[in-house]
Amino acid sequence: MSAENPALEHYIAGAPAGNATVDHDAHDEHGDRPIYLAHHFDDMEQQRECVTLGMWSFLATEIMMFGGLFFVYTLYRHFHFAAYKAGSHHLDWKMGTLNTFVLLASSLTMALAVHAAQVREKKKMINFLLATMALGVAFLVIKGFEWTKDWNDGLIPALQWHPQVPAGVDPNNMMMFFIIYFSMTGLHAIHMIIGLAIVGWMTYLGTKDFFTEGNDQPIELIGLYWHFVDIVWVFLFPLLYLIGGITLGAAAHGGGH
Amino acid sequence: MSSVSYEPRADVGDGFHPDMQGEKVSMEGRAESEIPINYLTADNSLKSWLFTIDHKRIAVLYLISITLFFFLGGAAASVVRLNLMTPEGNLIRAETYNKMFTAHGVIMVFFFLIPSIPATLGNFLIPMMIGARDLAFPKINLLSWYLYIIGGIITLFALIMGCVDTGWTFYAPYSSIYSNGWVATTAVGIFIAGFSSILTGFNFIITVHKMRAPGLTWFRLPLFVWSMYATSLIQVLGTPVLAITLLLLAVERIFQVGIFSPQLGGDPVLFQHLFWFYSHPAVYIMILPGMAVISEIITCFSRKPVFGYRFVAFSSIAIAVLSFLLWGHHMFVAGQSTYASLMFSLLSFSVAIPSAIKVFNWTSTLYKGSIRLNTPMLYALGFIGLFAIGGLTGLYLAALATDVHLSDTYFVIAHFHYIMVGAAVMAYLGGLHFWWPKITGRMYPEGWGRTAAIVLFVGFNLTFFPQFIIGYHGMPRRYHSYAPEYQIYNIFSTAGATIMALGYLMPFLYLFWSLKHGAVASENPWRATGLEWQTPSPPPTLNFDRIPIVTKGPYAYSAEDDEILDAQMDIEAARLKLENAAATVAATNEGSTTAHGANGTTNGTTNGTSDGKENPRVG
Repeated sequence: MSAENPALEHYIAGAPAGNATVDHDAHDEHGDRPIYLAHHFDDMEQQRECVTLGMWSFLATEIMMFGGLFFVYTLYRHFHFAAYKAGSHHLDWKMGTLNTFVLLASSLTMALAVHAAQVREKKKMINFLLATMALGVAFLVIKGFEWTKDWNDGLIPALQWHPQVPAGVDPNNMMMFFIIYFSMTGLHAIHMIIGLAIVGWMTYLGTKDFFTEGNDQPIELIGLYWHFVDIVWVFLFPLLYLIGGITLGAAAHGGGH
Repeated sequence: MSSVSYEPRADVGDGFHPDMQGEKVSMEGRAESEIPINYLTADNSLKSWLFTIDHKRIAVLYLISITLFFFLGGAAASVVRLNLMTPEGNLIRAETYNKMFTAHGVIMVFFFLIPSIPATLGNFLIPMMIGARDLAFPKINLLSWYLYIIGGIITLFALIMGCVDTGWTFYAPYSSIYSNGWVATTAVGIFIAGFSSILTGFNFIITVHKMRAPGLTWFRLPLFVWSMYATSLIQVLGTPVLAITLLLLAVERIFQVGIFSPQLGGDPVLFQHLFWFYSHPAVYIMILPGMAVISEIITCFSRKPVFGYRFVAFSSIAIAVLSFLLWGHHMFVAGQSTYASLMFSLLSFSVAIPSAIKVFNWTSTLYKGSIRLNTPMLYALGFIGLFAIGGLTGLYLAALATDVHLSDTYFVIAHFHYIMVGAAVMAYLGGLHFWWPKITGRMYPEGWGRTAAIVLFVGFNLTFFPQFIIGYHGMPRRYHSYAPEYQIYNIFSTAGATIMALGYLMPFLYLFWSLKHGAVASENPWRATGLEWQTPSPPPTLNFDRIPIVTKGPYAYSAEDDEILDAQMDIEAARLKLENAAATVAATNEGSTTAHGANGTTNGTTNGTSDGKENPRVG
C-alpha cells in the first residue's frame, strides 16, 4: 500500500527496534527515526510541540477542577467566616508551614533535575529526581501526622467528629470547613501520589539513559506537573491555615482567638 | 482536490448517478491477497481491536458502544412515554417513573449525546480532514474509550441495582437526603466518563493545532474541524468543574455531611451554579458537533462553496465562549438575584446571534445551489428546520418573564428535545450516512435511507410539537400523572414516539445489513472535496499513502464540474449496458454447454477488484 514511500513502510513496521540509533538530530523522514519518536509524528519538533501544548492543556483542566473547589471554598468562607476562622484555628499551622517549605524545596530540586537533563548530566539528574521524591514523601508523611492529630482531636466529619465549637458558631458550618479542608488537601495529596509514581518511573527510565541523550522533554513535563501541584499547595496553605491570622507561641487549637 | 480527475468505475458506487450504483460484492471466500488492506482488514484479532491505537478503530469502538447506550436510553424513554398514555399513569408506579426518566436522561446525555459525534465521527475524521496519520495522542485516545466503558459499566450497575430517582440534574437535596437510589455510584460513573470526554477534547485541540498537513492553514480547515475545535474547548474547560461537583456530591451523600444540602448548612443553589456551569456548555457540546456535520453536508449536496466561511467558523468559537456565560438561565426561579438573572437573560439572547449566523449561512449556501436530495441532505434540511424551532423557542425561555411561566413545564422538554434530538441526533445520523462509505467501504441503501429520514422527521414532530402546547398550558415535567385535559396531546406524543422508534430502528438494521450486502463504495461517492475523500474507502491504517499538500480552501465545489462528471458517468453506464447486452447475446449463442464461460469478461477492463467473482448478470 505504500510501496512508493519507504518512510511509511517504516512506520507501519512499528516502532524502530531497540538497536536504533538514539541521536536526536536524526529526524529526517528518510533517515533513522529516533527511538522515542512516535509513529504518527513527522519529526521530533512536531512531537515536542504536541506534548508541550498537551501538558499545558492538561494543566488548564486541572486549574478548572481545583477552581471549582476554590469557588466552593470562597463562597462558603464569605457566608460562614466565623466558622471558617474557628475551624482554621484547629489546624496546626506549624506543620503546614513546614510542609510548605518541604514542597518548595522539592520544586527547586525538580527544576535542577530538569536542567540536568537538558545538559545531559545523567547522574545529577537521577540524584535530583531522587531528592524530589524524598521531599515529596516527606510532605506526605508530615501530612499523615497532621491527619492523625486531626483524628485524635475529633476533626474528621462523619468518622470522628467531636470538636470544640466556640459559641456563636454553627457546628454544621464548621463541619463544612473541615469537609472542604479534607477535600482540598486530599485531592492535593492524590496529585502528589500520582506525581511521585511518575517521578519514580522517570527515575528508573533515567538510569536507562532515556532522557539524557537529547530526549529531555518528559522530564520537563513532569517538572511542569510537579510545580503545578506545588503552586496549588501555595494557595491552599494560607487559605486553610491562616484564616484570621495566627497566634505565635499560643496553642494552635482552642479557638479562643 | 479537483473533482474532474474522477474516473467513473463500474464496480464502485457513486452516490449521485442512478445507473452507477456499484456492485454488491461479498468479501467472503476471496483470497487474502485480493482484499485491499485497510484499517478494518489490517488485523482482525480481538486483541488488535481492544488494544488498537488507530483513531479510526477507536471511533468504531465508540460507535458500537454509544449505539448500545442509545437503545438503552431509548428503552427508558419508551416506558416513560407509554406510561403517559393515560392521565393516571397506570403502567408504572410514581417511583419507577422517576427512575425511568432519570435513567433516560443520564444515559442519553452522558453516554450518548456527549460522546456521540465527537467520539465517533470526530475521532474518525479529524486526523483525516487535516491530513494527519493519527490524533496527537493515540494511547490517550484509547484510554478515553476505556474510561467511557468503565464509567458506563459503573453507571449501568447503579441503574440495575436500584436506579436513581433524582433526575439527570442531581439537584440537592433530592440527591443528598431524599433520594432512595444509588446516587453516589452513578456520580462516580459519570465522573469517570467525564474524563473520557476531557481526553477526547484535549486530543482534538492538540491535533488541530499541531498536526495539520503542509499548507493547511486555519482558514483552509473544513468547518467540521472548526466546530469540533470549539466543542473541544468546552469539553476541556467545562468537564473538570462537573467532575469536582459530582465528587463533592458523592462525598456529601456517602458521609452524610453538609455541602449542598440545606438541612446541614449547605447551599443547594451553589450546586445548581456548579452543575450548570458545565451542563449548560454541555448543551453546546451536543449541538456544535451537529453544526459541524451540517456545514459539511449542506455545502456538498448544494454543490457550492459554503456561504460566509469565516462567519460560520467564528460563530462556532463565539458559541463556545458565550456558552460559559449563560448558565444562570436555568435558575431564574431558583432564588438567584434578579440582577444576575437580568445579565444571564441578556447573555442568553446573545447566543442566538452566532446560532442564527449559522442557520442563515446554511440557507444562503442552499440558494442557487444544485441541490441533491440524498439521505444526508434530508437529515441536514431536517436539522435546519428543527434547530430553528428549538432555537426560537429557546428565546421564550431566555426571556425572564415568560420563563417564570414556562419553567419546569413540557415546553422546556419540547424545546431541548428539538435541539438535542431533533437537531443533534439528526445531524449524527446524517453524518453517519454521509461518511458511512468512508468508514465501512460500503454504500447504504439510498431508498431506505431517505424513507428513514422522512419517517424520523415526521415521528419527531408528532412527538414533541404537542408538548409545546401542553407545556404552554402548564403541564409540569417529571410527574407520572397529569390532568385529563392533556391526554389527547400525550397520545399524539406517544404515537409519534412509536414512529420515531421505527425511524431509529430502520437505519440500525439497514446500515448493519449494508456491511455485508451494500455496494462497494468508491473512494469519493459524494464527489466531496475534503482530504478524507482522497484516500481509499475504507482508509489504510495510517490514513494516507502520502501526506497531502494543501493549496486551497476546503469547498471547491462546482456545478460545472459536476455536469462533466455526470456526462462521463452517462457514457460509462451506456458502455456497460452495451457490454452486458453483448455478453448476454454471446452466452445465449454458446448455449448450455458453457453456462458460466463468460465470467469476468464483462467489465474486467476497468475493474481491478471484481475479477474472478461471480457476475450476477451472466448465466
